[in-house]
Amino acid sequence: MSSLLPLGLDEVGFRASGRVILDRVSAEVIAGPRTVILGANGAGKSVLMRICHGLLAPTSGAVHWNELAAPEAARRQAMVFQRPVMLRRSALANVEYALKVARVAPTDRRARAVEALENVGVRHLADRPARVLSGGEQQRLALARAWALRPEVLFLDEPTANLDPSATREVEAIIAAIHAAGTKVVMTTHNLGQARRLADEILFLHAGRLTERAPADAFFERPVSAEAAAFIKGELPWT
Amino acid sequence: MLALDRTSRSAIGLSHVGDRGAGGWTGRLAPSGGTPLNAIAEALLGALGLIATRDAKLIEIATLSVAVSLSAVLLASLLALPLGAAVAVARFPGRHALIVLLNALMGLPPVVVGLVVYLLLSRAGPLGELGLLFTPTAMVIAQTLLILPIIAALARQGVEDAWIEYEEQLRSLGVTGIAAAATLLWDTRYSLVTAVLAGLGRASAEVGAVMIVGGNIDGVTRVMTTAIALETSKGDLTLALSLGIVLILLVLLLNAAAFIVKESAQRRYG
Repeated sequence: MSSLLPLGLDEVGFRASGRVILDRVSAEVIAGPRTVILGANGAGKSVLMRICHGLLAPTSGAVHWNELAAPEAARRQAMVFQRPVMLRRSALANVEYALKVARVAPTDRRARAVEALENVGVRHLADRPARVLSGGEQQRLALARAWALRPEVLFLDEPTANLDPSATREVEAIIAAIHAAGTKVVMTTHNLGQARRLADEILFLHAGRLTERAPADAFFERPVSAEAAAFIKGELPWT
Repeated sequence: MLALDRTSRSAIGLSHVGDRGAGGWTGRLAPSGGTPLNAIAEALLGALGLIATRDAKLIEIATLSVAVSLSAVLLASLLALPLGAAVAVARFPGRHALIVLLNALMGLPPVVVGLVVYLLLSRAGPLGELGLLFTPTAMVIAQTLLILPIIAALARQGVEDAWIEYEEQLRSLGVTGIAAAATLLWDTRYSLVTAVLAGLGRASAEVGAVMIVGGNIDGVTRVMTTAIALETSKGDLTLALSLGIVLILLVLLLNAAAFIVKESAQRRYG
């Protein structure tokens, strides 16, 4: 089985109703380091992530998954959204549903789903209806659902934007564990503190353009682009 | 018109109703004496009497009504819920026209549906050989056609609202097409109760379609609405009114039960 990564973005552009959302973004995302797409609201982070994951088609340019065909590539990734979408069934059944769709053998589903709940610390909620769980619990369940699929790449779109500080810490710990277990993590955030805590490398988006790409340490110490410098300076008081 | 002719020929056997109940009440409006208000009060009393004594005729008519309408709701739901979900999820040319058509068909006049089914089932019609005209089956067919667009249009709306919320997550998991429609149908099951209830309300309340294809034959195809229409025109307000009360109570009961089920389930599952 050939590797899913690297992910190649080739002059990716996206326009919606005449407005340019993404302007010729080119980058290569390799296996290993946690990649954080950083930028202000409206910079195009979420659209870029959806294009990478195949939920949106770029209006120009192309996305390559190491020469794999799109359906094959899609099967080997997962995504967690800012607002978790849970089905009207138990927490455990939500994970089992994803495994069933991924054609995991029926005999393996239960054990794998329970293990995934265990990994994110919501095993005790297995039989509770998923949609009445708290926001933090639902997001952890969303992470369990994605992790259970054993993806090679996990996309996270502002996974803590709706959560309180304690739930945010829990989710960040789970993301670190997913990375440690060998899954490539790609996440978006507008929160500098979170980017510092979780990023190995930064892709900085400003107004639809990729203005800077650097290892996290270098990015925060010596931002090269004026936009990134202004963002770091402007954001600091809130972190 | 044929239907009505048969009706009047077979309209027998209700006069016994007046023989019991409250003190020899004849069930007819007295030609002299008594204000209209008195007449209503007397009819109401008689009606309560019929209900209290579980009049055989009343029960027969009410049972057939419920059986016909519930069969129609079941049949229409089996077809309309998947249809509504498919229209909600699929993208194809002419989809918007289909949605407008479905919404417009919610207002189908029952008599027109009755007429069309009558033409299909009449001796000379394409399905005449089945001999279904003036049977309960014909009434079920007519009511199914009548409420199918109602359930489909309301289901389409409910499922599409859910699709807006679920689409990215489901597509990310690789769920599309029929699988997505099935998942959404199951996930919106509590709000779809309302769509099915709207169909039931329409089916149990309509008179035009069942009158034409059923013929209101006493003991065979007489249901509550056709009986009410007949008894009112004959002047037997007691039976008409008691049937009306039973009809309203039944619809109320079914709706209350559905509401309780839906609310408690929604509280539990969010």
